[in-house]
Amino acid sequence: MMELVCPAGTPAALRAAVTAGAHAVYCGFADETNARNFPGLNFSREEMAGGVAFAHARGARVLVAINTFPRAGGEPLWHRAVADAEAAGADAVILADLGLLAHAAEHHPGLRRHLSVQAAAANPDAINLYTEAFGVRRVVLPRVLSVEEIAAINREIDVETEVFVFGGLCVMAEGRCSLSSYATGRSPNMNGVCSPASHVAYAEEGPELAARLGGFTIHRTPKHAPAPYPTLCKGCFTSGAETGHIFEDPVSLDATRLIPALARAGVAALKIEGRQRSRAYVAQVVRSFRAAVEAQEAGRPLPEGALARLTEGQATTTGAYAKTWR
Amino acid sequence: MPRSHFPRVPPALRLAAGPLPPAPLGAMLGLLVRHLAREHPGILRRMGPHAGRSFLIDPTDLPFLLLLRPATGALSAHRRTWPPAHDARLAGPLAAFLAMLHGTEDGDALFFSRDLTIEGDTEAVLALRNALDDAEIDLTEELATVSGPLAAPLRRTLALAERITGLALHRAEPTGDYT
Repeated sequence: MMELVCPAGTPAALRAAVTAGAHAVYCGFADETNARNFPGLNFSREEMAGGVAFAHARGARVLVAINTFPRAGGEPLWHRAVADAEAAGADAVILADLGLLAHAAEHHPGLRRHLSVQAAAANPDAINLYTEAFGVRRVVLPRVLSVEEIAAINREIDVETEVFVFGGLCVMAEGRCSLSSYATGRSPNMNGVCSPASHVAYAEEGPELAARLGGFTIHRTPKHAPAPYPTLCKGCFTSGAETGHIFEDPVSLDATRLIPALARAGVAALKIEGRQRSRAYVAQVVRSFRAAVEAQEAGRPLPEGALARLTEGQATTTGAYAKTWR
Repeated sequence: MPRSHFPRVPPALRLAAGPLPPAPLGAMLGLLVRHLAREHPGILRRMGPHAGRSFLIDPTDLPFLLLLRPATGALSAHRRTWPPAHDARLAGPLAAFLAMLHGTEDGDALFFSRDLTIEGDTEAVLALRNALDDAEIDLTEELATVSGPLAAPLRRTLALAERITGLALHRAEPTGDYT
């Protein structure tokens, strides 16, 4: 069966994910070492050890995301995170930075290493380099590949691949996108936050809801229309005579119906995005996808999903997996 | 266009709550908040510096506003005609707040659907939402704990109120356990 890898921003969300049927849960420490460094989220060292014990007792694995890029002079924070993940009993660490991969391979050889989507490894040569140089066992593929491209990659590599199937949709070269830095001075790559809430402001202005990021107006939404989060890549802009979503609409990924095609393409694991979401979201999405992978394994038709209400824009897309670009 | 599926506070209850004096109501709510802070120290720890912010909670189907100051354990009631100064404002039907508190609804989804409106310090609101989500609060059980010998009749009363109004007054238990 394809492994279902599920998000947890808090210990309560981890318990919800495991209870709802997650095969594996990914989570991070409460600092800038992980790419979901949001206020009120993430795990202390004690909470991580408790979460691992809870998951292991129920047959689930815990993967610790340490997937930002260490600052020069600040490396010890990232090194401690890898050591503490191993001490907590984590089943793998999810890393992006070359130096941190080298450190983990040298100092923690028994700790399984996954390559984060933040490394943006999108072709067999890059993946094989990470595999040969750092002993990476699984690669999380960027959300910019089609199913056919994923199949082509899997034919030329010897490690597992993991792909996103649900949640927030990053359409950029992850780990290299500077849009959030441009607007706010903070980025997912260095600080663990894309479009940080500290720079987000909403204001009811007449009949519209204005959503701003770092002072830039990203959306104006009519009353009662679904409200998006103000990320630059999904903003509505005017260019010349045209106004519209230049890069991507404010929609979320839902690749449920592509699960059979992803299985045929050789994908080992399906990832759900959303460590910043609540335990209610985690429980509903995990339960739905566990039913889907069980159906896929048994050769039954996939159950109809009803998850659009949970998504940004209240609408979903299959993203680049089956995309016709503008 | 999204349409809210949340039940509204029944008009009779809204009318009955109208004349309630804010000060005694606030004193009772403050007791509950201080109890929650004692029983769930993780809330203030997760909020960090954001615990010092003030949150105006606007249950749009109730006749009053609530001002929450987590760091000092204060939750005061205010007339709509005199909204107090605040750092962040959250507005929506009472049912939406209770569903989010009890883990049956996702805060982001409530925002996307416009059931919930946020203004002011967005980062502090996120910290509060995340901290409360991790605390797995059960309002019925928390109230029962501070009610001493009245706990049993209180549980029965709140269960009845939940059935009549459709408001989520206790924590949802996980379902579909695969373990």
